Amino acid sequence: MSHPDRFTPPGGESVDTIPEPPTLAGKSAESLAEFAARHGLTQSAARPPLRTYIQDLWQRRTFIWNFASAKSMSMYTSSRLGQVWQVLTPLLNAGVYYLIFGLLLGTNKGVSNYSAFLITGVFVFTFTQRSLTAGARSVGNNLSLIRALHFPRASLPFAMVIVELQQLLVSMCVLAVIVVVTGEPLSWHWLLVLPVLVLQLIFNMGISLVIARMGAFVRDIQQLLPFVTRTWLYFSGIFFMTASLAEKDALQDYPWIAKVLEANPASVYIELVRTSLLDSYRGDLAAHHWGHTHLWWYALAWALVAFVGGFWYFHRAEERYGRG
Amino acid sequence: MAEVKERARVSDSAPQPQVVIDPTREPIVVVDDLHIVYRVYGAGGGKGTAATALMRVLRRQNRPQMKEVHAVRGVSFVAYRGDAIGVIGTNGSGKSTLLKAIAGLLPPARGGVYTQGQPSLLGVNAALMRELSGERNIVLGCLAMGLTPEETRAKYDEIVKFADLKPGFIQYPMSTYSSGMGARLRFAIAAARTHDVLLIDEALATGDAKFKRRSKAKINELRKDAGAVFLVAHNLDQVEETCNRVIWLDEGRIRMDGDTKEVIAAYTEATGK
Repeated sequence: MSHPDRFTPPGGESVDTIPEPPTLAGKSAESLAEFAARHGLTQSAARPPLRTYIQDLWQRRTFIWNFASAKSMSMYTSSRLGQVWQVLTPLLNAGVYYLIFGLLLGTNKGVSNYSAFLITGVFVFTFTQRSLTAGARSVGNNLSLIRALHFPRASLPFAMVIVELQQLLVSMCVLAVIVVVTGEPLSWHWLLVLPVLVLQLIFNMGISLVIARMGAFVRDIQQLLPFVTRTWLYFSGIFFMTASLAEKDALQDYPWIAKVLEANPASVYIELVRTSLLDSYRGDLAAHHWGHTHLWWYALAWALVAFVGGFWYFHRAEERYGRG
Repeated sequence: MAEVKERARVSDSAPQPQVVIDPTREPIVVVDDLHIVYRVYGAGGGKGTAATALMRVLRRQNRPQMKEVHAVRGVSFVAYRGDAIGVIGTNGSGKSTLLKAIAGLLPPARGGVYTQGQPSLLGVNAALMRELSGERNIVLGCLAMGLTPEETRAKYDEIVKFADLKPGFIQYPMSTYSSGMGARLRFAIAAARTHDVLLIDEALATGDAKFKRRSKAKINELRKDAGAVFLVAHNLDQVEETCNRVIWLDEGRIRMDGDTKEVIAAYTEATGK
């Protein structure tokens, strides 16, 4: 059955058809869009090409840094202790975990310096976890800013990660003291912490870009996220050594489980910081015949994949942020 | 809500004025059959219990709290270089939404906005933080508007001088400012930038009489640098004073577009002022 007199395109009427096309007096051949194009006008709400977008973002770097500093400054203004909380929060966290996993459950089998081991893990993981949580809220919490000013929207998740980076730097100073107090020697290995944290920063920016786009359009992500990060926490070898877990009888038949746990990005960055800071931990790993040099490749790969993928993914919805 | 929809449909059938292109002038902003739809969350409806929410998810219904607001419905016009266009209309007629769409801050659901250069709203309120000092807010606001750090430093003194705060207050948090002081500082920061297309959303009537006079002079200065100016205001005298053309919006559609005196006269008659 054909309808030769109907020339509608396949798929029926497009939803986007204009009900009443704007008629121009005397010049009905040219649409307003064509008229605008002829005069070199550009679309106002269009998504800029990736290259321009990156340039814009780079020009905004001072804004991103200032916005982040202002955020972290205003975060504690209402509390009496003020910026002291930047140090207290990670310390209290580490204390709680030490109480439960170190003293009560006695997980410290095979780790010579358990408190330093645990606190390193908690601090490094917190950086990733909080970047993720802040990233999910970065668009939704700044809607008024998005609806008032023009700037590459990726500035927001970036700024949120910078806030967490500033927190991390404070934590790292605390950590350095703890590590020395618990009897670890200062060595040139410590310098390796810097490249690890840079890679982790890049990774965190990548995942917070992804979660920022998801959180912008599906607010439910924010309710779900705590469960995701807590599961991740327990899988990342923070309270236990993945190396000694792999030797458990139950895991002997499934060697891939240990491989997956080892390649988990959070675990990769934690282990690299531990092996750089803790002299004794390098010995602990050697006792299990586990190396850590290959982890550097994992760290690099995770950072690149997360950042490039996340940036591309976030940019694809650039013009739609702020619509609700 | 149903009543509003009904009225909207009635006005949908009324034809909007046709766009006439003036080939002798240089267009700065072209708005082509623009539709803006935005979503509002938490707008009531439903019993709001977990059980009803679950049933909704199972039946694959939309959230009742989510309402779509069709704020601008097929607006078309062309603004030329040197135009100062007043946008008038009753509350909720889509004036501010139209301005945000021209600025490219609200993505169009249909149609498009084409501009020369980057239109920007006069205002930085959203970027400022009340807990921080005036000093820091000046830097933050300038950077948020897209000034470089060098430009920010160069403009800093000018902003402080224009805001004319009591001595010492610039170092206090903005939350300690009186409303007039805060408004003055916000305006001073916002006006520190030059604009290709300047969009003003009722930002003029701030502060005391002295500051009003100074801010008006500043606006005129900004207007001279800008290619085109859009002004949303309820104060018709102000529109009459500043604009050479007026667009009258009604229910998100253009009711009238033309010479300032004519449109304002028609608007005053219609609203019975």
